[in-house]
Amino acid sequence: MKKLTRRDFIKQTAAVTAAASAGIPAESLASNVVTDASRTQLTWNKAPCRFCGVGCGVNVGVKDGRVVATHGDIQAEVNRGLNCVKGYFLSKIMYGEDRLTRPLLRMTNGKYDKNGEFTPISWDAAFDIMAEKFKQALREKGPTAIGMFGSGQWTVWEGYAAAKMFKAGFRSNNIDPNARHCMASAVAGFMRTFGMDEPMGCYEDIEAADAFVLWGSNMAEMHPILWTRVTDRRLSAPHVKVAVLSTFEHRSFELSDNSMIFRPQTDLAILNFIANYIIQNNAVNKDFVNKHTRFVLGNTSIGYGLRPDHPLQKAAKNAGDASGGKPIDLNEFAKFVSQYDVDSVAKLTNVPRDRLLRLAQMYADPKVKVMSFFTMGMNQHTRGTWCSNLVYNIHLLTGKISTPGNSPFSLTGQPSACGTAREVGTFSHRLPADMLVVNPKHREVAEKIWQLPPGTIPDKPGFHAVMQSRMLKDSKLNVYWTQVTNNVQAGPNVMQEILPGWRNPNNFVIVSDVYPTASTLAADLVLPTAMWVEKEGAYGNAERRTQFWHQLVNPPGEARSDLWQLVEFSKRFKMEEVWPKDLLDKAPQWRGKTMYDLLFKNGVVDKFPNSQIEAGYANDEAKAFGYYIQKGLFEEYAQFGRGHAHDLASFDVYHKERGLRWPVVNGKETQWRYREGTDPYVKPGEGYRFYGMPDGKAVIFALPYEPAAEEPDNEFPYWLSTGRVLEHWHTGTMTRRVPELYRAVPNAVCYMHRDDARKLGVRRGEMIEITSRRGSMRTRVETGGRVRPPAGLVYVPFFDASQLINKLTLDATDPISFQTDYKKCAVKIRKV
Amino acid sequence: MTTMKNLTAILLLLLSPLLAQGQEFQDRMRGAVPLDQTTQPPQIANPDNSDVRRSRNYAMQPPVVPHKIEGYQIDKNANRCMMCHARTRTQESQAPMISVTHFMDRDGNFLAELSPRRYFCLQCHVPQANLTPLVNNRFVDVDTILNQPANQPGNPAPARKK
Repeated sequence: MKKLTRRDFIKQTAAVTAAASAGIPAESLASNVVTDASRTQLTWNKAPCRFCGVGCGVNVGVKDGRVVATHGDIQAEVNRGLNCVKGYFLSKIMYGEDRLTRPLLRMTNGKYDKNGEFTPISWDAAFDIMAEKFKQALREKGPTAIGMFGSGQWTVWEGYAAAKMFKAGFRSNNIDPNARHCMASAVAGFMRTFGMDEPMGCYEDIEAADAFVLWGSNMAEMHPILWTRVTDRRLSAPHVKVAVLSTFEHRSFELSDNSMIFRPQTDLAILNFIANYIIQNNAVNKDFVNKHTRFVLGNTSIGYGLRPDHPLQKAAKNAGDASGGKPIDLNEFAKFVSQYDVDSVAKLTNVPRDRLLRLAQMYADPKVKVMSFFTMGMNQHTRGTWCSNLVYNIHLLTGKISTPGNSPFSLTGQPSACGTAREVGTFSHRLPADMLVVNPKHREVAEKIWQLPPGTIPDKPGFHAVMQSRMLKDSKLNVYWTQVTNNVQAGPNVMQEILPGWRNPNNFVIVSDVYPTASTLAADLVLPTAMWVEKEGAYGNAERRTQFWHQLVNPPGEARSDLWQLVEFSKRFKMEEVWPKDLLDKAPQWRGKTMYDLLFKNGVVDKFPNSQIEAGYANDEAKAFGYYIQKGLFEEYAQFGRGHAHDLASFDVYHKERGLRWPVVNGKETQWRYREGTDPYVKPGEGYRFYGMPDGKAVIFALPYEPAAEEPDNEFPYWLSTGRVLEHWHTGTMTRRVPELYRAVPNAVCYMHRDDARKLGVRRGEMIEITSRRGSMRTRVETGGRVRPPAGLVYVPFFDASQLINKLTLDATDPISFQTDYKKCAVKIRKV
Repeated sequence: MTTMKNLTAILLLLLSPLLAQGQEFQDRMRGAVPLDQTTQPPQIANPDNSDVRRSRNYAMQPPVVPHKIEGYQIDKNANRCMMCHARTRTQESQAPMISVTHFMDRDGNFLAELSPRRYFCLQCHVPQANLTPLVNNRFVDVDTILNQPANQPGNPAPARKK
């Protein structure tokens, strides 16, 4: 590119003006600036960002049916006008030229063929083959042979429609979201400690805190706008301190006052050390602990969520009762954690003694308000649920919870991991509003709201994400539909446990997505999907904030929203084809009807006419079905939580507000739960009440350090950790199609320590092959840059479809949450 | 070199509608290599260091960084970017001054210096490698729409302006 000086520029411009005046219509030359307001006005609307769980508000500028600009919404409380680089480029994510615009089926000679070429077909033909495959599986094997993998990027009503279709319609619990890979451990942690999901605090805790601790969270890259709030607080109030813990150094260390690189998996020991320190130094808030907590000794030796024939599973004593435990008291707990003294923990973790002590002092000091953030470093952990429990221990022992600035805060990865995956209950074991499929009372509630005869919802959890892959491989799960997710790139152990199942000749795999992805390549049928502001939507962020947006532009070609796909598909099934006769006999009103009638045209979901759609907005789904389906689905869904501490406001309110944090009671949102005065569910005089538990008490868990599922050895001497980078969202499907984001970080690299590079005889930029017991990939060495691992550990991001690092990762999971540990497995490296 | 790249880009642009029909379905983010095989990773690309400013896609877009930033110290102790982009340094450096929005705190009040909430520049401003995108992006900026004849707004979507 030639460098222009200012003088060159003026000369050139003059030449162009001269040439222009020779022949081009005068109107476009009258001025080089268009000032006519009727032409320069953009239509601006609010929407939440499409990416992470922070849930920033975005203003979307539309002109002539196209998004032409986006910027941070000044009125959005979350971000007050800021966006990160991904958010600022939202305008371009819909316009990659290879958008999928027609259904594609693998065909040979005009017929479906598992090994055929992808061929464009009509939606009608796509639903024909899907229905045929679903019906065949249901006939031959029943509802356990069908399954769905969804997403924390589904809108609230898409997740709700999918969950209802599977659990009530098909009577299969084999539906799970990719949120299983993302924050299932956080969910299990909340449920075990508080009996209720999601954080008690909110983002305003940041402005009130005196100290921040990052446990396995690189907020600077993964939650950038919350990081701006932490940075703002740290730099504008000099007494504030930041402690960062990780297995490698990353950008969040730039703000750190106390940096700790620990040996992978030993965070468990650090957490127990802090509890021990608090007890040893008489920093226990005895009044709080006596009134509001109880103690449990959790089961140990719980395995690693591997296949049952794996030696580690066979060796596990409590694999069958991973979440069990027995009551103990404070003295027994104190004795349990007393083994975690500073010297032995410093030795185990490689963290210097004085840093551990400084960290513990911060938590123990009653005057310091502490906010603990945790994300994938803790969630993607074979003891991730334990990690959550142990963080809560510290906050409960000191009573530093549910008050502004005192806040254990689980950050979620996806824009609606909370709103859709968790609150709607799209997990294989859940129902809406934290209810469980194994609980007869919970099933009864769901069956009543869904107008189902008793016994409709299956009482056993379905296949969770990793189990779905295994069951596909084992031919137990035969028809599989995924929406808004890319498991062939993002799932663990791709070569041994994912691809074999997807390409298994006994299986039919359907992928709904907006662009070609690794998963679409491995699918049999690809459905083109509308995204973000091409449909009306709702997301729920990490602080319980539910946010809505309107459809602002039209999707390209024949792309249709996930909601339309689900609802339209339900019309293909007569109730006789999905329910057995004895069940239909209990509900004869559904005889001769379709699954669409049962699920959607049921007098509730179809209650609101299209005239209630706010004037001036398109709504393709409402137009297609003839009623305001999003409103109907939301209002039906909201019945689950209203009056049960999950209260949502009425539908129309959310189109006006910049989001509200549930429970919304008498029109007021809730910032801090479980505390008198800020939570309407806590009665006067109670002070605090952890009402998710019948006795109102949160649980402090005694849980030990246990080693990782796979640790480096002589043959595979390096730890491998995987994750994201700031510029790309998950598998890069959208962000790598934005030229500016692609050029910022074009490809994955392997971040490694200089000493390791020297040992391997490689320099920055050279090609290496990384191999685990499961697969290998090639990439380039990076010894500088944003991630600085210690010797013995390498970091490879997973956004790059041309470098599938998940071929190497281990499909070991937390045995309680079934979430994969993407942060720890053993690899070897050679120069290529 | 640049001309060659431009030519290639234009040729690809012309060819792509033709290719789309007979082409095997593929994910251009991955390339033609089957999923079970291993790709050869491209060289690490150097970031653009031309110092030539690029047009923004819209006024509110954070400008990209047209120069190398390797080894810049940006942490709580020092901010290398501000050594040139601070108001007081721009005459000497001839670098653009940080936007006035960067002086505003969370409540919209102007501060005397860079607002701490804007402290970490790389959260929004990123360097650019000189690479041709893997797929063309059909985003159209608002000026292109304004300059189109009124009857056919934005359709068919032209490629992004260079």
